[in-house]
Amino acid sequence: MSDPAVDREEVRHVASLARIDLDDDEVDRFAEQFADILDYFETLDEVPEVESEADLANVMRPDEERESLSQEDALQNAPDSEAGFFKGPKVS
Amino acid sequence: MMSYNLYITEETVEGAADGPLAGRTVAVKDNISTAGLRTTCGSEMLADYVPPYDATAVKRLKDAGATITGKTNMDEFGMGTTTETSAFGPTENPAAEGRVPGGSSGGSAAAVAAGEADLALGSDTGGSVRCPAAFCGVVGIKPTYGLVSRYGLVAYANSLEQIGPFGRTVEDAAELLSVVAGPDEYDATTREAPPDSEAAVDYAAAADGDVDGMEIGVPTELLDGADEGVVETFWDAIAELEAQGASYHEVDLPSVEHAVEAYYVIAMSEASSNLARFDGVRYGPESDHEGNWNEEFADVRDRGFGEEVKRRVLLGTYALSAGYHDKYYKKAQDARAWVKQDFDSALEDADVLASPTMPVPPMAMGESLDDPLRMYLADANTTPVNLANLPAISVPAGETDEGPVGLQFVGPAFGEETIIRAGSALA
Repeated sequence: MSDPAVDREEVRHVASLARIDLDDDEVDRFAEQFADILDYFETLDEVPEVESEADLANVMRPDEERESLSQEDALQNAPDSEAGFFKGPKVS
Repeated sequence: MMSYNLYITEETVEGAADGPLAGRTVAVKDNISTAGLRTTCGSEMLADYVPPYDATAVKRLKDAGATITGKTNMDEFGMGTTTETSAFGPTENPAAEGRVPGGSSGGSAAAVAAGEADLALGSDTGGSVRCPAAFCGVVGIKPTYGLVSRYGLVAYANSLEQIGPFGRTVEDAAELLSVVAGPDEYDATTREAPPDSEAAVDYAAAADGDVDGMEIGVPTELLDGADEGVVETFWDAIAELEAQGASYHEVDLPSVEHAVEAYYVIAMSEASSNLARFDGVRYGPESDHEGNWNEEFADVRDRGFGEEVKRRVLLGTYALSAGYHDKYYKKAQDARAWVKQDFDSALEDADVLASPTMPVPPMAMGESLDDPLRMYLADANTTPVNLANLPAISVPAGETDEGPVGLQFVGPAFGEETIIRAGSALA
């Protein structure tokens, strides 16, 4: 028997890992669609292992202070700020 | 004139008094940052976001004297093939009314097709410049990875995406490419120009239409399963190139059969990581601060993201999660290396590879929204190019009853001049 299709519990679990609330309709729809999409992704099993020589080079620059956004500019889009800081929800 | 919902923000920004783009208008996709001008990425999440700085590409546009006409509509965060997932409503195709303009840079392509701007910038992660160029009957270029700075482009899948130009002719698009291309100290993935070359390349000069002696490879896999009218139009265009002195041969690219799934696994994985920053603290919708961090975060993201974005972030999170990483992500990276090898070897015996840009004509509006897998499969011909980091151009090749058909030329890395030359023989 093949793997069970993605169930609603699994969709809820992944949504909690990704920190996105979903309503019940979305959970139902995603469970159905994910089964199809993941099934299709499984055709990657047919891909042979490939020797890849990545053509990479480190790009470094001196770690020197340079111009950046002002505190005011950096905060201008924040929904909430106080005394030059971002203000967020409590951590726990 | 009709409203095609081309722009999310329509506001004119004048560039420098003179320069190579003086007197030209350029529409800019709404995921490319413009200082002081709202940049939404087609998302409720950034509905009120005003960047404090310009993307490098935008700075270069302004320095070149261009007039920016506004920020164009797009699939939310670049996730879509039709420009219907925008939080600001779908764009309609001016070249095939009642149909989609393609995506995700649909607003940019449509603005050029409708004559609302001379030129436009889009971004191409899996075909998002070439697809709308094909559907709207204009020219779009996806540059080699590393040619154009991504600084200020709101990231979706960093290892795949490039900013790319649109124009009504190949020469126009190439001219815009010359302005935005080149190394940038703010983006370490841009390539330095080789020491003995001139820093700036005049890509427009390559649009001389001379394809005499050019060898074209045609990957048969990219014609299999394509719409009949599209295939016919494609072969007519190849015949025209032959009449101008080019020749073609068929090539096998077995790896491209797996490109779409590899693309989506990689893009969704990168999206799940990139979009983690949208937490409603530094920007985004206001939260009421009643729950703890995690609860607030999940609530803001539920309200700020549309369904396609949620779908991709969740699938990406799943593909990267413990137990599935080897099954999906690692396999996708193997497929990516295979695609790259296949293209490199096919380009040893051909100057360019040619295929239809899209295997289908423009879809009717609303048609593909309910079936995400079907929409993903429409990207079969464009995604391999992003996996291989190669340059490609889409040029108008003709029309079917359902709308324009684009022809895609793919070239070797940093072979922009070759694909521009090939494309200029048709448009």
